[in-house]
Formats: sequence, C-alpha cells, structure tokens
Amino acid sequence: MAITLLRPFGPLLLGGVVGFGLTAPSNAAEELRIGYVAPTTGIFAQVGKDMVDGFQMYLDDVKGDFGGAKVKFIVEDEQAKPDTAVTRAKKLILQDKVHMLVGGLLASSGYALAPVSTADKTVYVVPVSAADDLTQRDLSKFPYMVRTGWSSSQPSHPFGQWACEQGYKKIVAIGADYAFGYEVVGGFQRAFEACGGQIIQKIWPPLGAKDFGPYIPTIKAEADAIFSLMVGPMSLQFPKQLAASGNKKPVIGGGTSYDEFVLPSMGDEVIGHVSALQYSAALENPKNEAFVKKYRTKYGKVPSYYSETNYTTAQMIHEVIKANNGNFPGLEAFVKQLAAIKVDSIRGPVSIDEMRNPVQNIYIKKVEKKKMFGYDKDELWNTVIKTYANVNQFGQFNKDEFLKTPVYNRDYPPCKFCN
Amino acid sequence: MRNQQVKILLVVAALAALAIIVPNTNSFLILLATRVLAFAILVMSVDLLLGYTGLPSLGQAAYLAVGAYLTAILATKYQFGLGYDFWLVVVGGILLGAALAAVFGLLAIRATGVYFLMITLALGQCVWGLAYRWNSLTNGDNGINLRQRPQFGIDLANEVTFFYLVLGFFVVSLLLLYTLVRSPFGLSLAGIRERELRMRILGYNTWLHKYIAFIIAGAFGGLSGVLWAHTAGIVSPVNVELAFSVDALLMAVLGGSGTLVGGVIGAFIVFGLREYLSTLVPWWQYVLGGVYVLTILYLPTGLMGIPERIRQRRARTGNREEEKEIAPVTP
Amino acid sequence: MNTQFWLIQAFNGISYGALLFLVGSGLSLIFGVMRIVNLSHGSYFLLGGYVALSVIWTTGSWALALPVAALSIAAVGLLMERIFLRPLGFDPLRQVLLTVGFAFLFQQAALDIWTGNNFDINPPDVLTKSVVVGGLYLPLYRVFMIATALAIGVVLWVAMEKTRMGAAVRATVDDAQMARGVGIDTSRVSMLIFSLGAFLAALGGVIGGAFLGIYPGLDFEMLPLAFAVVIIGGMGSLGGAAIGALLVGLADNFGKALFPEISYFTLYAPMALILAVKPTGLFGRE
Repeated sequence: MAITLLRPFGPLLLGGVVGFGLTAPSNAAEELRIGYVAPTTGIFAQVGKDMVDGFQMYLDDVKGDFGGAKVKFIVEDEQAKPDTAVTRAKKLILQDKVHMLVGGLLASSGYALAPVSTADKTVYVVPVSAADDLTQRDLSKFPYMVRTGWSSSQPSHPFGQWACEQGYKKIVAIGADYAFGYEVVGGFQRAFEACGGQIIQKIWPPLGAKDFGPYIPTIKAEADAIFSLMVGPMSLQFPKQLAASGNKKPVIGGGTSYDEFVLPSMGDEVIGHVSALQYSAALENPKNEAFVKKYRTKYGKVPSYYSETNYTTAQMIHEVIKANNGNFPGLEAFVKQLAAIKVDSIRGPVSIDEMRNPVQNIYIKKVEKKKMFGYDKDELWNTVIKTYANVNQFGQFNKDEFLKTPVYNRDYPPCKFCN
Repeated sequence: MRNQQVKILLVVAALAALAIIVPNTNSFLILLATRVLAFAILVMSVDLLLGYTGLPSLGQAAYLAVGAYLTAILATKYQFGLGYDFWLVVVGGILLGAALAAVFGLLAIRATGVYFLMITLALGQCVWGLAYRWNSLTNGDNGINLRQRPQFGIDLANEVTFFYLVLGFFVVSLLLLYTLVRSPFGLSLAGIRERELRMRILGYNTWLHKYIAFIIAGAFGGLSGVLWAHTAGIVSPVNVELAFSVDALLMAVLGGSGTLVGGVIGAFIVFGLREYLSTLVPWWQYVLGGVYVLTILYLPTGLMGIPERIRQRRARTGNREEEKEIAPVTP
Repeated sequence: MNTQFWLIQAFNGISYGALLFLVGSGLSLIFGVMRIVNLSHGSYFLLGGYVALSVIWTTGSWALALPVAALSIAAVGLLMERIFLRPLGFDPLRQVLLTVGFAFLFQQAALDIWTGNNFDINPPDVLTKSVVVGGLYLPLYRVFMIATALAIGVVLWVAMEKTRMGAAVRATVDDAQMARGVGIDTSRVSMLIFSLGAFLAALGGVIGGAFLGIYPGLDFEMLPLAFAVVIIGGMGSLGGAAIGALLVGLADNFGKALFPEISYFTLYAPMALILAVKPTGLFGRE
C-alpha cells in the first residue's frame, strides 16, 4: 500500500512530492490569470457550479480572449468555509500569481477574502457576496475590492416603496435569522416605513429551518401582506406550509425567496408572489433571451442570478482589459477603471458607484405560470412587473445619513410598531 | 527501550526536516503546513483522550473555538493581543479551554464509550449554537476577521516567521504531552483505558484522573484555537461544526490512536489530501472517505501501528513452526 | 396567545415528532441491539429521499416511491452491515467511526448522482390540502405524517412483543451474551435491525422530503435530531423513541415559537443535561 511508505516521513514525503509537482506559472505578457473561488464541493456545490458556469459561459462566448489577452481561468474550491476560502485565495495569489481574485459565495467568504486582497495587494472582484458593509462602513479597509453583484438591501429599498404604492399599510416580516436576512428585511422596513407603512412584526426562523409550524400561526392577523426572506430549502417549504395553513394574504419577499435557483422545484402555491432582485430570467430583452436559451441548452437549467452576475462580471473585466489593449494595467489602475465601468448587460445597464457597488435596475417580479422564450411548456417564471432604474446601494436615502445609522441587524431598524 | 529511542529519533528527524524544508517551498505550502501544525495540537489532545484515556470525544472543536474566538474578539474589539500581549492571549486561550473543559467535564466524565461520544457531541453542538446565535459577541455566521497578525519584535505577518512560531508551539505541546503520558499520571490513564474497574479497585480515583485529562485536552484545544485564529485570519461557527470535531477524531484514528504522533501524521495526510487532491480531481471526497473506511477496517491501530503489525505477523509465522510440536491446549 | 395558538402549535409539534419517530426509532433500535451509534443514519434519511425523487421522476408515482426508496436503502444498510460492520466484531468505537466514513462517502455520491440542487417531493394533490377543524387549518400532510408514524409504531410494537423475532430482538437488547447463550443468532438479529433502521430512516426521508425538501446537507442536519430523540427517549427502547420523538417535536416547536432567541440551544442543552444525569437516556435500558 502506498500509504505504508508515508509513515513518519509523511510530512517529508508529502512536501517533496508537492514540491516537484509545482511549476511556476508562465510569464506570458498576454496571459490574464483570473483566480476564482467558489464552493465546488460540499452542500453549496450546485450554487458554486452555477457561479462558475456563468463565468465560463462568457469566456466561451469570447473564446477566452479579452481584447487580446488570453484568459487563464483557475477555479479553487472554498467548500463554503471561510478559512478554506482564505487558503485557496492565498494559493491563487502566491502560487498561481493571478492578476485578480474573483468570487466567494457567502457573506463570511466575502469578509474572509477582502482582507486577503488588502494584505496581499490583489484585486478582488465580488460578484455574489452581498453583505452590505463590504461596500459601506467597511469599505476603507478594502481598497482593492470592487463589487459587481449587489448589496443585500439594495433591492429592498425600492421594493418598500412599491409596497406602499400597492396600498399595504401593515406588513409582517419573516426572514432567515442571519445577517443576510437582517439586511434584506431591514432595507425593506426602512423604505416601507419611510413612505408611511408599518412593519408590525418580525419573525426570525433559524437559517435552515424547514418546519415553519412554530412560526406561521404567530403571524398577526391584522397584516395586509407578508414579506418573507428565505434562502435555499427554506424557500421551497415556506410558501407550501403558508398555503396549507389557510393563508389568504398577499405574499411578497426578498429576491432569493423565488429566484431561479429554487423556482424550478416550486409548485403552484407561489403563483402571484412578488419579489425584488436585480435579475429575473424572464427579463424580456434580447440579450437575456439569448443567455437563457444558451445556458439552458448547455447546462440543462434556467440560469439563476448566480450565473448571470458572474457572466456580467466577466463582461466587465473584459471591458477593462480591452480598454487597455489586452494588458493588465496594474493593481490601482485596474481597480479605478473597473470602478468606473458602465456596461449594457443581460440585466440591463450596470455602472459602479463611488463606493464600488453596482448601480443598476431593480426588477419587481411576480411569479407566473406561462410559456416563455418559445419553450412549449407552461413553467413558473418571474415576470417583471415594474422596473426601478438607477438604484444604488442607498436607494432613495441620503448616503451620509444612511452611513451614520448602524448596519441592518436583528434589532435595527427597531420594530416601532410591534405592539 | 531501543524501540523507543528509534521512534524518538525518527520524530526529531521529521521535525527537523519540516523546519528546514518547508520554509524553502512557496508561501502557500508554508501556510498549509502552519495550518496543519496548529490543528495537529488539537488532534493530539483528542488522542490524549482517545488513545491514552479511552474516551472518544466528538466535541473537541469546541475548545479550539473558544480559544479562537477569544483571540479574535480581543484583537478586533479591544485591540488586545497584537503586540507582546499576544502571549497573554495564549495563556488566556489555554485557561479558557481548560475552564470550559472543567465545566463540560462535570457533565461528561460520568459516561464512557459511545455515551461519552454522544454527550460530547451534544456539548459541542451547544457551543456551536452559541457561536451562531450570540451575534453581538461572535458576529454570527459572518465570522470575525483578524486584520493583522501580532508584532512583538518579530513580525508574524511574515509567513515563515509565523510558521516557526507555530512549529515551536507544536514541539512544546508534543514534548509536554509526551512527558505527561509517560508520567505516572499518564500511565494510570492508560490503566484506566484498559481496565477501569481494576484501577478503581486498586484505589485510583478514576473519575478524577479522567476529569483532569479532559481539562488538559481542553487546555491544548484552546491553545490550538489561538494559533488557528491567526493562521487563517478568520474565525466563524464553521470552526465549531460537528464535522470539525469528527475530522480531529478521524485524524487521530487514521494515524494511530495512543501514539500522539499518529494524530499528527493523520492531520498531514488528511489536510494534504483535502488541499492538494481537491485542486487536481473533483472526486477527492471519495478518496478521503475510502481512506477512512479502509483504515478503520484493516488498520485499527492506524498508520503508526503498521510496524507493530508487521512484527506480529513475522512473530506469528515464526511461532507456527514451534506450535505444531506443542499439544493442543484444552479450552 | 389564545387556545387556537396552543392547539395549532401542539399539532405542529406532534406532526414534527411523528417524522422524528421514523428517523429516531431505527437509530434507537440499532443502538439497542448493536451498541453502535450509526452516524450514517442521516445519510439513509437523505438517500431515501433522493431515491424517491428518482422514482417519481421516472414513474410519476409517489405511492410507488415510498416502498422502493425504503427497501432499496434497507438493502444498502444490509450490505453495509454485512460487509463492513460485521468484520469489525464487537468494537463499538470503530463501528461508529466507520459509519462516519460512510456518511462522507454517501454525501459525495448523492451530490454526484443527483446534483446539488434543492428538490422538493410533491405528494399527491389530495394530501396538499388542509382540513378545517374547529376553525383550525390542519394540513392534511401533517395528519398523514402522524398517521404513518402511528401505523409504523403499532406494527413495530406488535412485531417486538408478539413475534419470536421480536422476542429475539428484545433479548439481544437486554443482554446479548445471554441471548447467544440461549441459542439466539444475534448476528442475524443485528443484520435485521440494521436494515430495519435504514428502512425506517429512508421512509422518513421520503415522507420528510415533502416537508423539509431534499438537498445536500440534510443528512447532517437530521442526525443531531435523531440523536436527540434517542438520547431523550432512551437507547434501545421503542416506546422511549416514541416518547422522545414527541418530546423533541413539541419542545423544538414551542421553543422556537416562544423563545426564538435560543432556538439552537433549546435542543442540545437538555440533551446534554439528560445524558449527564442518565447516560442511557430517559428510558434507556442498560
């Protein structure tokens, strides 16, 4: 058995094998090395796959050529563990000598990778991690980071306004009990209460809860609507259990409650539910239609926002490199140029604000069962019913006042109307 | 005790090799080696309980966690532990790990075998629950980021320097544990592992012995946590997950429980497989799972037990010649 | 908090307990007979759900999925016991570690076979409705869960108390050596019980799948819950598993509804305390 050889010389042998196995990266001037960190194994493997597939699809579309530079796309597995993400990032930076680091799924990964980019002076592009403070109160700690995806509360701000326009006065919020949940709900609460609405109750089922039995009966009867923020398996179960409990109130929610990652597995109980996000696979523009069709043919599923944001991120990087004639312009220049980019993407026009977070359309989408894009089956789609253009991370609120208040958490904004 | 001396020589040689070779590889490998060594301290503490005292614990990650969170919270909220006061944090981590073990031990030590396994699992999960929920203290699932490594004359941000520091702690821990298991106290632990009832009849306070061993394991766990926090630079509830404790236990078994060094070898192998194989092939989990299963099935004494088994097999084939001459023993 | 609230919460707690009984009873029996803690039990739960999904996707029949999933996973359990656990003899620690190794293998295999997308099992339409009783909406699916758990519980009890095999099982749980002494083939009993445990877990997975979803990670999420049932109810006791499941279901439900702040704690702290006081669980036999 090969293992027999390892014995006490384990560390020695391993080091030796490893040492020989490594090769220095080529120093081709026209090679652009992009290091990508995503969970490719473990329980988030499918999300990680969507992320990588989205980015890869853009690379395939441009045949791996960014304005003359050949892209070397190196993917490392973070297993959705922040310390593994850090180790991977270090490997990409120190060993593979990547020009930039892209990726990270969870907020914790984003917070783990951002300091690495500062310490090791590498660009970090964030397509998915949505933790608000990365580009708000903590921004100054990460001078080489640019976010190209979204911030958690970004869609909630216009959504709160929309809720007022529907005539809702009292809403009960139920959201997964962790930072992302707090931020999505918090943004909605701030916006909804600013235009005269009231959040009369906030319920926080633990992340991963699937039995909403304890929570649904506590929903206050006088609510006009229910706002839910669910992720992953929670998104599948909550609407079912809510419907089975006899709920007749309108249901609205955060973007991840109904995004295309979970929508294919949902049933008719979610028809009519409204949510807000910067992307919907049902966006009726030619770019999106082509993207959806191509993605579905290649990967067998409708693209989720994870795929789209990575595709668009690749596009943005491409634009910057193209503007530099296929050369990487150096750390600070790249960050500056990426932060000034404007693209016409699948999800509409996207630019980056002065705090390095995207400014983009937010789509209010409603779940409908219909045929789209020439597919012959009736399926669930997130039909866009309203578009708010040019929404930045502070929405309709003044940036300085916003930043003076604490980050959205369980107790902020305080629940003034909770009896 | 020639055997023993040979073993010691091998360990010293391996450590020396580590100290010399690793810094000459690249930063990534240095970081990896640092991580393994920091975690190996935890694995050795698991082995102390499993291999020497006969207590299989599925909750040791809790002690790493308290050490790590203490370090992270002091560093970020109070700017403490980033200079010479780093050493105070080390002491703090050790004490905190020991204190937690003292509390948990009161609940756990009464049980043995698989019951002990279950209760340590439950206790570990309690700590996980706290790390997850106590947002104001632990930042919940976002985790706490330690922005920088301590500087006290030497700059620990330098990977090589930090590696030597962790290696130093590791060697000291190994020495301390080695001395402990060869001491009268350690020998009585082994006695308890073999025949607890007999030890009690002989007048040993077995409960107390086990309790103290548990506390010592907790102390080392806390130490490994302090180092772990600075190695990765981030502490999150992931570090208290059940899988983390299981990792440590499996590493100890893989390498060979009851050998201290076995756990270290197990740690190197598992980390190596995980970090390295995963960059090459997507099915590394099968390899890892397969390695565990095969080891448990065919190498119950772990990798360190291989020489002994070879020796036994040789002895058996040697004896077989003589056995034919001896009359069968009546049952 | 009116009576409606308490009634609905109690109902929810009981239905959750029903699911937990399916998962926990198998684990309890396995422990009682073989003295091993089957850490791949959660994997059986999840695999049962995945197999059911495949059956539903190919045949469209949910009713068929139930027995197919349960039996196929029972077969997996049988193989695992015969090929891997049996050779270890009576070495509980190594057996436990072996089950962990398998749990990792199963998790990876499930990811490779079924992908990591989040799935949902859709029961027949009739079960998705709710029945209104005295102003309370009682989802029929929850009623179904309770009914199934009761039925299984009764069948198991009858088998245990009234059949020879059941007597053999009970004897082995009480004292394996004695049982062997009176001629009971304890290795056959072990094999039977292990497959039965896998069967029950997989059944739980199919039934639970419509309630919890089927996704990677569910295996390790269910495991501590199954443990809670076994620990609180007692290892090796069927009746204990029933009571334990009920208690865990109710405690978890009410705990989350009334004290959401400490929800992760409310399960494990009592578990630890009970073990500390009575290491074999409330109704455990030792």
